[in-house]
Amino acid sequence: MNRDHLRILLPVLSLGLLLAAVFYLQPRAMSYFGLNLLFNLAVPVALATIAQMMILMVNDIDLSIGTFVSFCACVTATFVQSDPVTGYAMLLGAIAVYAAMGAIIHARGLPAIVVTLGMSFFWSGMAILILPSPGGSAPAWLNAMMKAKPPLVPVAIIAPIVIGLIMHYFIKRSSLGVLLRGVGGNSQAIDRAGWSVLGLKATAYGIAGLFGVLSGMALVGLTTSADANIALRYTLLSIAGVILGGGEFTGGRVSPIGAVIGAMTLTLAASFLSFLHLSSDWQIGAQGAILILVLAVRLVFTRREALA
Amino acid sequence: MSVENNVQNTAPRGVTALLGLVSRKAWIWAWLAAGATFIAAMMAGSGGGAEAGSLLYAAFTFAAFTVIVGIGQMFVVTLGPGNVDLSIPATMTLAGTVALKFMASDGSLVVPGLLIAIGVGLGCGLFNFGLILLMRIPPIIATLASSFLFQSVAIWSNRGLRIKPPEGLADFATGGTLGIPNVALVALGVSVLAWVVLERAIMGRWILASGQNKRAARLGGVPVTAVHFGVYVGCAVLAGFTGFLLASFSGGANLNMGTEYMLMSIAVVVIGGSSIAGGNSNVPGIWAAALFMFLLVSMLNSYGLGAGVRLILTGLIIVSVVVLASKKGGRV
Amino acid sequence: MAVNRKEKGGIGTGEVPIISLAGIGVSFGPVRALSDVALDILPGECVGVVGHNGAGKSTLVNVINGRLSPTAGDARYDGAESRADFRNGQRARQAGIRSVFQELSLCPNLTVLENMRIPYRNMPWRNWRGNAASAVRMALDAVFPGHGIDPYCVVGDLSIAERQMVEIAIAFSRRDIDARLVILDEPTSSLDGAIADQLLAYIKKFCADGGSVIFISHMLGEIFDVATRMVVMKDGRIIANDDAKNFTRDSLVDAMGHVVPDGAENGEGRKQRELGEDVLRMKNGLSARKGEIVGLAGLAGHGQAEALAQCYLERSSDWRANRAPAVVFVAGDRARDGVMPLWSILRNLSLQTLVEFSRSFLVDRAAEKKLAQDWHRKIKIKTDDLDSSILSLSGGNQQKVLFSRALASSAPIVVMDDPMRGVDVGTKKEVYRMVREEAEKGRTFLWYSTETDEILECDRVFVFRDGEIAAELTGDAITEENMLRASFEMEEAAS
Repeated sequence: MNRDHLRILLPVLSLGLLLAAVFYLQPRAMSYFGLNLLFNLAVPVALATIAQMMILMVNDIDLSIGTFVSFCACVTATFVQSDPVTGYAMLLGAIAVYAAMGAIIHARGLPAIVVTLGMSFFWSGMAILILPSPGGSAPAWLNAMMKAKPPLVPVAIIAPIVIGLIMHYFIKRSSLGVLLRGVGGNSQAIDRAGWSVLGLKATAYGIAGLFGVLSGMALVGLTTSADANIALRYTLLSIAGVILGGGEFTGGRVSPIGAVIGAMTLTLAASFLSFLHLSSDWQIGAQGAILILVLAVRLVFTRREALA
Repeated sequence: MSVENNVQNTAPRGVTALLGLVSRKAWIWAWLAAGATFIAAMMAGSGGGAEAGSLLYAAFTFAAFTVIVGIGQMFVVTLGPGNVDLSIPATMTLAGTVALKFMASDGSLVVPGLLIAIGVGLGCGLFNFGLILLMRIPPIIATLASSFLFQSVAIWSNRGLRIKPPEGLADFATGGTLGIPNVALVALGVSVLAWVVLERAIMGRWILASGQNKRAARLGGVPVTAVHFGVYVGCAVLAGFTGFLLASFSGGANLNMGTEYMLMSIAVVVIGGSSIAGGNSNVPGIWAAALFMFLLVSMLNSYGLGAGVRLILTGLIIVSVVVLASKKGGRV
Repeated sequence: MAVNRKEKGGIGTGEVPIISLAGIGVSFGPVRALSDVALDILPGECVGVVGHNGAGKSTLVNVINGRLSPTAGDARYDGAESRADFRNGQRARQAGIRSVFQELSLCPNLTVLENMRIPYRNMPWRNWRGNAASAVRMALDAVFPGHGIDPYCVVGDLSIAERQMVEIAIAFSRRDIDARLVILDEPTSSLDGAIADQLLAYIKKFCADGGSVIFISHMLGEIFDVATRMVVMKDGRIIANDDAKNFTRDSLVDAMGHVVPDGAENGEGRKQRELGEDVLRMKNGLSARKGEIVGLAGLAGHGQAEALAQCYLERSSDWRANRAPAVVFVAGDRARDGVMPLWSILRNLSLQTLVEFSRSFLVDRAAEKKLAQDWHRKIKIKTDDLDSSILSLSGGNQQKVLFSRALASSAPIVVMDDPMRGVDVGTKKEVYRMVREEAEKGRTFLWYSTETDEILECDRVFVFRDGEIAAELTGDAITEENMLRASFEMEEAAS
């Protein structure tokens, strides 16, 4: 059992524990519809978490993912629905902007925090221009997909698993994934071997943009309408999700499956609190507390490891 | 470098001096931008001295709150890459809520209320710094996580009730003295204090040194941990104080009253010409940037452009300032 | 000596050198790191490269592997005409030249086999993980039989020795372009004896099969074991290049240090002075007395900097600044440890002593100015305006500012971390004089230096090797020869 396995253990345990607690409090949740309800919003959160993971993997952080997902949701609920060609072109353009952002951040040695923060103003402005007041509607196929009722396991469970597995194979198994993680681990070694760190960073950001787009689309598919502030909390949730899933802030140590589990845990934590009849006031506080708790537990582990 | 030399050789002396001043004092750009926006906003309107006066009055009123939190954020950013306080909005909300609840609109409790707001800020700052120092969490994540907690405590503590501030306090916060908004005078006082700390005090030297090179500062005898402690706690105290003022100004604490200040506090630091790479900050730029941000909204409003365009412009301005600054400094 | 070589690799033998350097010079600004270096490496050779700090070993390695473009001369890979330009890195890869660097260049977050993927640029796509795993396992088995390293293990979980083994094995592994010249820079620094022997045995076999190795080490025993040829470097030049058989350990050490510095006056001052009681004693055996100048010598990176940092950090605080500090620090790596790049000369100079001369929480600007002017005069910083940027000064003058910053303090112990890097001779002389004056007034100096003539200024010298003190020299025993002997593992000489 190496450190990677240990790292995934904590999120799995915390999700299991939380799930057990929910089932104990509300046995009726142990059903197809119960699970679907519990994990209802897990899909877009998981996608946004994967996007954040791509950025953290190359030692940066994205404070604009929330507004970006909102923007994508607005585009999906308006242009993609009414004028697909323009709509998809806009989404592709947005991905290109993300990739360019990564390239500029690397080429000029800029701090990602400030650049992404500036971009968060930009995306939020674009979102307001596209959809000044809540509204729009989901493309029929998207709605059908998100609301589909496959036999045995609901979409809300299947989709995160599929996302996690695909990304696991991409990040942990493919050559490109190795190089991308290498940028986070020791970009000098990558550079020395003759690879373009600039290109790799742009790729990582581009993929993050792609997952941001997917997250926005999935969100609209679930809610059937959008507004410019629909996903603002995703910035915080996505970071918490990656960390909860065993990722680290630096050094290219991330786990796609862990990140998805982290996102599901955070979604479930909200449902759990409502089962406890605790007011929703405490939901965000609980998310913060979970984040701090996980970091504290991990600190104990790393200390012990360092001593051993 | 060579370009600058050329300019010096060919341009007349006065121009050279001016260029030198502008290149050394990045905040002059922010003041020029604020001035230009003011003129542009006036041109769109019907004109007239009264309108100019009221626009300026409003600008100074709203800029005041941005300035106080911006100064706190500026000190944090000065500490160098990775240092930023994302818990400012939550601290503001919590301090405002708790203080107003305590005062319960009773005019005799203003001073204890103020102390409580500052105390809340102090507590938040200590909590943040504890996470950063003891748990070795990167500041961004630490302040982010604690902001969740502060926000929840704030919600819990007032349960959505809106308690009015004591009348005298509300009058003070909304009123003016000699045609200048009181809150702007308070912000000015804070700015002068911050300027003294940054430019004249030993602490300021230590902050600037830690931000340029933490390792070298430590080896040069700077107690860097104490410096970080002072800056994070000070930033939270300023946020708590602003929360108190803003709640008094707007007739009660409101659960998302701090929201816009998260981005705004960082934006004014960047636009004001402080280096995001740390170690080089200035107070006048914060004022210029805060006025600029308010005037930009007014200008766009008077041209009939909405919030969307304003946000896009703000974002583009921040990103281009950062990109341009990186060219000159070259240091990351 | 070099003449011998020409014949062997000349026309007629049919052997083409893997790399052929002629008249290579490398300058970094005014500093000449290499001058007029000529070196051919033929298939089947193992070349041992030795030299003291700053002799140009690393620069030479970087020229050969193409990471550094020479500013003069000609580098040919496989006999092909080539101009010195940025494509040398690619040419070196094409010629099968691989390097193992002193600082580890693995990605700690990746597994062993994934680290294999990074330098292997054109790895076939199909089943690459399986192929990489077997390739790296094969390489490890070949070099370090019985290693016990799992290719699926994350590098960060391995010990330092295991990481070094992985890095070496990857350098020797099979890829689309086979390894023909492997450069090993201190490859055994963290390997224990038995494993180092495995490596040496493999190097011999590799060379017997037609491969070449450049072997840089401070372990003379190892070098004599594997090298067929010795290259001795000093001051950026190759001063000896001959068959290994023609050297003995002693003649090698002599060759490394054979340029005698203008030595007659060196160490003059140290004999007459009386020293006070011990003011410093550290766990590793380092000690210093009041008024003593203590030198830390040895090859760079053998624990001197760590010892200094520990000494400084133990005696100063993260939480409060003391009006009477116990110790001050003079940085050698100015950009990393010393200079505040955005500040003026004045502010850089006063940083350490702010609390000492200010009476309140405000900076006493009159006292600050007076302090700076005093030191400006005393140490002759070349500037008209103390308010101009520190970066407007030359390196030597920046260093003077850092000296003033430390010496202006009242601290009884001054720690100096190789402070004369890139400083001109004139400044050096002035600083020696000042250090001596201050020592006579009772200050203690801990002076780490990579330059021999500076160490000769000291009253007592600790020579570091592999993070430990290998020798303590005093008085007349402080000679370059003794230092070199202690820095290089002589095996039979080591007691």
